[in-house]
Amino acid sequence: MTTASGEGKERSWFKEEFGSPERRTAYYMVLPALLIVLVVAFYPVLYGVVLSLTDSTVTSFGSFVGVENYVEMFQNPDFRLGLSNTVIFTVASVALEFIIGLGIALAINQAFRGRGLVRAAILVPWAFPTVISAVMWRLMFQDQVGVINYVANAIGVIDGPILADDTLLLIAVIFVDVWKTTPFMALLLLAGLQTIPGEVYEAARVDGASVMQRFFRITLPLLKGTILVAVLFRTLDAYRIYDLFWVMTSRGLDSLSTFVYEGVRISQLQFGPGNAAAVFIFVTAFAIALFFIRVLGMQTSTEE
Amino acid sequence: MASATTTKGATGRNTLNAILFYVFLVIFVLVSMFPLIWIFKMSIITKTELFASPPTLLPANPTGADYAQIFADTAFQKALLNSTIISSATTVICLFFGSIAAYAIARLKFRFRNTVMTLILALSFFPAVAIIAPLFVQFSQVGLIDTYWSVIITDTVFALPLTIWLLVAFFRELPVDLEDAARVDGATTIQAFQKVIVPLAAPGVFTTAILTFIFAWNEFLFANTFLFDENTQPVTVVIPNFATIYTVDYGAQAAAAVVVTVPLVIMVLIFQRRIVSGLTAGAVKG
Repeated sequence: MTTASGEGKERSWFKEEFGSPERRTAYYMVLPALLIVLVVAFYPVLYGVVLSLTDSTVTSFGSFVGVENYVEMFQNPDFRLGLSNTVIFTVASVALEFIIGLGIALAINQAFRGRGLVRAAILVPWAFPTVISAVMWRLMFQDQVGVINYVANAIGVIDGPILADDTLLLIAVIFVDVWKTTPFMALLLLAGLQTIPGEVYEAARVDGASVMQRFFRITLPLLKGTILVAVLFRTLDAYRIYDLFWVMTSRGLDSLSTFVYEGVRISQLQFGPGNAAAVFIFVTAFAIALFFIRVLGMQTSTEE
Repeated sequence: MASATTTKGATGRNTLNAILFYVFLVIFVLVSMFPLIWIFKMSIITKTELFASPPTLLPANPTGADYAQIFADTAFQKALLNSTIISSATTVICLFFGSIAAYAIARLKFRFRNTVMTLILALSFFPAVAIIAPLFVQFSQVGLIDTYWSVIITDTVFALPLTIWLLVAFFRELPVDLEDAARVDGATTIQAFQKVIVPLAAPGVFTTAILTFIFAWNEFLFANTFLFDENTQPVTVVIPNFATIYTVDYGAQAAAAVVVTVPLVIMVLIFQRRIVSGLTAGAVKG
């Protein structure tokens, strides 16, 4: 921890830091929040790593077994299917949400009548509990009473019930996620667009830049920061998707998170591989975040 | 659209653009609202109409039977109450710890300010499913399983990044002069916070409270992991289970979904400006 070291050269700032009453007050003020975050979120991660290296069960702590759980996890066909479903879901939904969201943001980045209505239309899907939107859409995809299933079959796009086909089910899950989060993506991108000063476009227009040139030379570069933040958030959100898969597919289609859940909560025999998969999700999500921050140069400073 | 002055051709094109723009808006609004409207329709029609093929577009004989059924269901009543308790408690606790920490981060100088902020914000990237097993084991040891506290604690921790991030943004916008004046008059840091910042920041705190409440109301994973007893389960856990209880009663499922969503929709419509300003506070600088 941060306060543990008291060696020679560090003693001076240590004294300055904790000698001043005002600074001490600052530490007292952040300490409660920091403590519960460390205890409830960060400590369990370490504990999870330990569990994944043992043959523990829910009720008893086991002995060290090395990477056996990880080997078993990678050999498990459900895990591999969950991983590929999650990757397909993440790439497809985030790409669609970004493209459609940017389109919407560009279209509504102007003064027009009915802005309030559009804002409402943006916020309503966002405010829906994900599981409830999953229940609602499932009812509409359902083969006896579902309007979408009826229409899709009637116009001949598909042949047979949507919920019975794994590929169609995955497409349906992606569709619902796009429905739910595209407006939010549009909202973030719109806020970014509004920080680009109008004069920049005016100057480019005077210099004879075409619409496409303005988009690729001005809008995209100036929007880069916002885009990276929005896409990173959505990517990590999509990567850990649990509720949509769990409810919409009625446990028929696995994502990484539902695999973990089934392993550690439902099946007694899969506790080890379930914990290994939990660590796997954590490490890969961390790697994705690092990739955005280091490779794509996302700004992470919280200073003004 | 300031350039709509020149030729007739340009005016015609502008009108066309405007029409296309509004067609696009109408489609956008319809697609966003469609599920709620359609599920509402499914919830007020008779069982026969529900299974009609092709489906009817408008309800033929509206009925409130499905609503009467779910509101008479004590399990559903209990779930609504549980959701309210869990979300309210989470909001209060989260705002209490969050506002104190956010004030220190926004206003006071200390060496590890950025480290603290980074640690807390890193949580929003955290795959919560990675810690459900260790937490389940720990919560079992201290007897928290099947209690409101199990979910209130985890919801609070995972709502904290959002809460602190928003509050830091709001606190930074407040004038520093007032606090300095309070300190010159002899107030301590804590008093300056209580007497000056809290009242001034009320609108921002309120916005944060709405967003935290929605976050807790919508949470599913922790509730589905720690709560097995119907006496403590919130609506997000109970309603998907309706699918197994009322196996073919799709009308009741639809009605339950509407009941849970409508309060949120109303809240969102009333506070839309605040929510938008809160949601975009962190993502964009400037």
